[in-house]
Amino acid sequence: MKHYEVEILDARTKAKLCFLDKVEPNATIGEIKSMFHKSHPQWYPARQSIRLDSKGKSLKDEEVLQHLPVGTTATFYFRDLGAQISWVTVFLTEYAGPLLLYLLFYFRVPLVYAPKYDFTSSQHWVVHLACVCHSFHYLKRLLETLFVHRFSHGTMPLRNIFKNCTYYWGFAAWMAYYINHPLYTPPVYGEQQIRLALILFLFCQMGNFSIHVALRNLRPPGSKTRKIPYPTKNPFTWVFLLVSCPNYTYELGSWLGFSLMTQCLPVAAFTGVGFIQMTVWARGKHRGYRREFRGYPPLRSPILPFIL
Amino acid sequence: MVSSEEDGGAAEEKETNNRRRNRGAVATAWLTFYNIAMTAGWLVLAITMMRFYLQKGTNRGLYRSIARTLKFFQTAALVEVGHCAIGIVRTSVIVTGVQVCSRIFMVWFVTNSIRQVQSEESVVLFLVVWTVTEISRYSYYTFNLLHHLPYFIKWARYNFFIILYPLGVVGELMTIYAALPVVRRTAMYSLRLPNKYNVSFDYYYFLIIAMLSYIPLFPQLYFHMLRQRRKVLHGEVIVEKDD
Repeated sequence: MKHYEVEILDARTKAKLCFLDKVEPNATIGEIKSMFHKSHPQWYPARQSIRLDSKGKSLKDEEVLQHLPVGTTATFYFRDLGAQISWVTVFLTEYAGPLLLYLLFYFRVPLVYAPKYDFTSSQHWVVHLACVCHSFHYLKRLLETLFVHRFSHGTMPLRNIFKNCTYYWGFAAWMAYYINHPLYTPPVYGEQQIRLALILFLFCQMGNFSIHVALRNLRPPGSKTRKIPYPTKNPFTWVFLLVSCPNYTYELGSWLGFSLMTQCLPVAAFTGVGFIQMTVWARGKHRGYRREFRGYPPLRSPILPFIL
Repeated sequence: MVSSEEDGGAAEEKETNNRRRNRGAVATAWLTFYNIAMTAGWLVLAITMMRFYLQKGTNRGLYRSIARTLKFFQTAALVEVGHCAIGIVRTSVIVTGVQVCSRIFMVWFVTNSIRQVQSEESVVLFLVVWTVTEISRYSYYTFNLLHHLPYFIKWARYNFFIILYPLGVVGELMTIYAALPVVRRTAMYSLRLPNKYNVSFDYYYFLIIAMLSYIPLFPQLYFHMLRQRRKVLHGEVIVEKDD
């Protein structure tokens, strides 16, 4: 069996970083990354980007050496992606924050509101309902992160955790402050408004969960395959007929429900910003689907049926 | 704050077909007109201020005398965000947006709406700084677009800021600081609880946060301009740090 030689150069300076001889032809990029890690312990595989061209796309871990357009002496370029953190860690941290922070405001711990309100309870029942809904939402997200989602990528850049946590924790504190404030004003249309909002919220929570489960079932355990999602027996998934990313659609619906329920401007602001971000993601995903799959259903829109 | 655009605002696009070359010509024509108009506007402002001071000998009433012209030309700068967005100027939309917004904030939400600060010396300070900066900036762009850039304009644009930028920041901060007691007393632009939107806003604390935001933002913009200066005046090739 002919062995390959692999040399790894720095993508920017073109300096020779590593030379591996006697590499198996069926070695994967992942295995080469492990070998590179041995000679440069500070660059663990997750932070290595290995490419054929110094400005090209990263090669996937699953790619096999002999199937790549390289000679028996393969030259790869390396770029440091920076410190990495696992997606699961980021998700758990960014969701645990809002769950706990909201409760601090709900129980009116000292230093938040005037001292005479410490540890008191709101007189409005919608405030208690809102706490249950908000907590349920983030608990659901935490459990989905642990048991439902199958992530394509293992890690993301470390700085993302600071950015993401600032966003989630900041908004959670901002809305919790007002909803649980002693001077909170309940919704203008009272019970009717709250009931409608609750129905919308619960409906979309169930919808969002159904989509997450459907997406999980598209992907065998431990794999990173991508397939076109289709409606299943679950009626909540029938929206796949019209939308590429119904999980985002339902998420928008949930927060619209919560905004209506609490009639709180910060919640509406959070809903708006989230909607913008999810639309950007949905359009990216939609474009990816259209590019990857020839017969992608033409009727589908990224996030809002026929609109966006 | 002084603007810091990355290139001369030139709309040159290397075209290969006729249609795209025409759109490039239209954009260039518009940008040339825009930059000439802005240079003229800020020149008028400068001259009006000088005349007022020479005739009256005081800065009381100076702001009122130029208020309309300032509001017009500073607000018109919003158009520059559009230039970046549609790509005829190769600068980040966000950087331009932040700078134009900070100017609009200073003009409309501090100086113009709080009469009591209008006779402060700090207002004259930042107005002078802005005027000199904008005249050199817009004339730089104009000459660049016309392909006849006198060296002294390039020199001015990339050297004046070294002194002007910190001075302008001092003027702006002092003005906001002078406005604080008035804002606190009148509770202007503020919304208190309880209200049906379940939100509150205290303009006083907002202004304090705005002042604090100069601490991280000013060094970034200043050093960005210093790097641009080294590139443009000394032809230094600066290798950017990889993200």
